[in-house]
Amino acid sequence: MMRYAYFPGCSLHSTAADYDRSARAVCGRLGIELAEIPDWNCCGASSAHMTDERLALALPARNLAAAEKEGLDVVAPCAACFNRLKITWHEVRHGEAAKLLADLGIEYTGRSGVKSLLEVIARDYGAEKLAGQVVRSLEGLKVACYYGCLLVRPQEIMDFDDVENPTVMDGLMEALGAEPVPWSHKTECCGASLALSRSDLVASLVGRILAAAKEAGADALVTACPLCQANLDMRQREAARAAGEDFNLPVYYFTDLVGLALGLGPAELDLGKKMVDAVGPLRARELA
Amino acid sequence: MLDLLKNILVRYRLIFLAPYVKGVTLRRGEGEAMAVLNLSELETSRRPFISSLLEESGTDVTECYQCGKCSAGCPLSHAMDYQPHQVMRLCQLGAREKVLNSSSIWLCAACMTCSARCPRDLDIASVMEALRRTALREGRRPKEARVSLFHELFLSSLRNYGRIFEVGLMGGYKLRSGDLFSDLELGRQMFMKGRLKLFPHRIREVGEVRQIFERIRDMEGNG
Repeated sequence: MMRYAYFPGCSLHSTAADYDRSARAVCGRLGIELAEIPDWNCCGASSAHMTDERLALALPARNLAAAEKEGLDVVAPCAACFNRLKITWHEVRHGEAAKLLADLGIEYTGRSGVKSLLEVIARDYGAEKLAGQVVRSLEGLKVACYYGCLLVRPQEIMDFDDVENPTVMDGLMEALGAEPVPWSHKTECCGASLALSRSDLVASLVGRILAAAKEAGADALVTACPLCQANLDMRQREAARAAGEDFNLPVYYFTDLVGLALGLGPAELDLGKKMVDAVGPLRARELA
Repeated sequence: MLDLLKNILVRYRLIFLAPYVKGVTLRRGEGEAMAVLNLSELETSRRPFISSLLEESGTDVTECYQCGKCSAGCPLSHAMDYQPHQVMRLCQLGAREKVLNSSSIWLCAACMTCSARCPRDLDIASVMEALRRTALREGRRPKEARVSLFHELFLSSLRNYGRIFEVGLMGGYKLRSGDLFSDLELGRQMFMKGRLKLFPHRIREVGEVRQIFERIRDMEGNG
């Protein structure tokens, strides 16, 4: 039995509650136990590291300390949380954060590691093993795997995948029978930290990403981050208006598609909450 | 033709005429760095600024050889008054006023593409971060006031509840920024889809989180 300390993060308790549901449903199916960190606090992404380096380390550390007490590695479904938690782990293990934490009375030694949910499913559980569990192949579905910034950068700390051309999600999609398209904007930034304050700029970044996915022939985008999903999905209409073309690309969490292939239905995966219709295109292909 | 005219204005330091020439628009800061920097005046601020950036970011800006790869990959360089490689150059020259008052440091989305691609292995994103922190410490009015207001309200929500109360953050941001009417339709749709949680959740031990904030503030007070 695989067991992890689960750090959902703020988005998964509100705007991305659907990701929380689909992540839990998939892990339940695969026998991956998620023990939510009791009384967890916000890790500070996207603002603490913008303004205060010490705060950016101390806030994630309180959560890591709680997981370490249980002797568990932490898994984060959100790429932004994963990034901040892993940087903190790295600074404790290899940098000078241990002293800061001691001064703050936070007991964390770096024994408990940090993983993204994508790594846990694609690598720890394993894409190959997952392929054997598929009951509904996603054959014919062309997907553009969008990794964004925070899963892959900074490479020496995240130690996740190739920094310019990551492929772990593509491999996972292949295991489900889907067809990941090669495309140009896998790791381009969607501007999440400016989503509210400069939505005009974000709409243009989102537009470029969607246009690239469309050009590559994708039917849908797949993400492993609630902030990317929100930007690409909710700002799609605005981006389309700015770009003068209709994209009409549903934006799934990778867990949505894993769940579908495992036989879970749209309701169990909470697919109805997406802004761009995510259920209709599946029905049309008899995948839901 | 207009491009040629624009080049002449920049080349011969006539950018002050740009507003009077129909069809020529200069991006903020374009042509300016060359026209107004007095290098002798900067000589005194140069070394201390470079070493403070080294201390704060671990990056020696003097190692930058201005290839421009950071700016080529930066998703927001088109909107900045100085592109990332120009920020690096201004840092090398000690032009602290220009960089600390720039929009660039606030429009940087911290996506770290620049750092990932720098052939000199410089962490440009961390220089941007050091510049933001320095600007805040010195109490400067951020050129992108809404961006910094968002960060301020984000952290105050975090301190208040231990987590981010998104609806409260959005509402507070709208009131304080005066940007009341954008995204109303989007907000309505999010509400209809059940993507908004209307009440905050305060964590049990919120005192621990507040203590982290206070202790760090005290540390900063003592340098």
